[in-house]
Amino acid sequence: MAERQSPERLSPLEPVFHPGSHGNFEHGVDVILTETRPGSILQLAAWPGAEKQLIDAIRKVTGLALPDGAGGGVAGDGKAVFGFAPGKFTVVDEAEGLASAFSKAVTPAIGTVTDLSHGRTAIRIAGPKAEWVLAKFFAIDFALPAFPIGAGRSTTHHDIFAQIQRTGADQFDIYVFRSFARSFWKALCHASEEVGYEVQ
Amino acid sequence: MLITCPYCGPRDVIEFTYQGDGNRERPQPNSQDLDAWNAYVYDRLNPAGDHNEIWQHSGGCRTHLRMVRNTVTHEISSTGFARGDHNAVARHKEGGKS
Repeated sequence: MAERQSPERLSPLEPVFHPGSHGNFEHGVDVILTETRPGSILQLAAWPGAEKQLIDAIRKVTGLALPDGAGGGVAGDGKAVFGFAPGKFTVVDEAEGLASAFSKAVTPAIGTVTDLSHGRTAIRIAGPKAEWVLAKFFAIDFALPAFPIGAGRSTTHHDIFAQIQRTGADQFDIYVFRSFARSFWKALCHASEEVGYEVQ
Repeated sequence: MLITCPYCGPRDVIEFTYQGDGNRERPQPNSQDLDAWNAYVYDRLNPAGDHNEIWQHSGGCRTHLRMVRNTVTHEISSTGFARGDHNAVARHKEGGKS
């Protein structure tokens, strides 16, 4: 009899995920790369005019208060949320089951809930050279005044769509399509070689 | 060339897709007016100067934008959402808290 499949989610990075120090690290490790593996990754979209109600629903379910403005976001307590397009938000939780909580709070009159937990891979880059490495990938301004903590950005690296949230002064969480994640991870490792990187 | 997306701020032109002339007026789907359909499909102003255009920020927030681009200088004199009801969430001024 065939063994029962384990329900554990497998990482697409697994074959190329090599914990330890790599690249030019003899003078120090300047970035740390990790996969955060959140339990829930959701995309919420409000119908035109229902944005405020959706923001209220996000606060009710996650306890996170979204700041005003395009691309605004907030992270903390194992949860994160940021705007990535007008009326659209990505919500992330370490725990599973966020979609069912939102499916009650976001009524059909407010907008839609799309569960992308299995469709996205979350990669974290942290360290003093994180901005430097990401600036080689994406043509956006990573300086702190232009990209404040908590804020989100939608952009692409060679047609690999990426949503980036700044979760610390020198820390970024990048959400990429799961099917592209291994390729993106390998590129990120290559780009980090010159500064010395550690995979955790 | 930089295009200032009203949501994302200034981005490189490679993130954007041209979606056509913004001056076209689509006839009603049940219209039998062949001249109007012909004009919609084929007639273009092709100006040397300011031109109304529809673009999509396909490599970013994916919204459709209406903008005026000068076809001679590539200067973009205005950008806005093609659908006009999202002005309330336009990006705060440069350097402001996002």
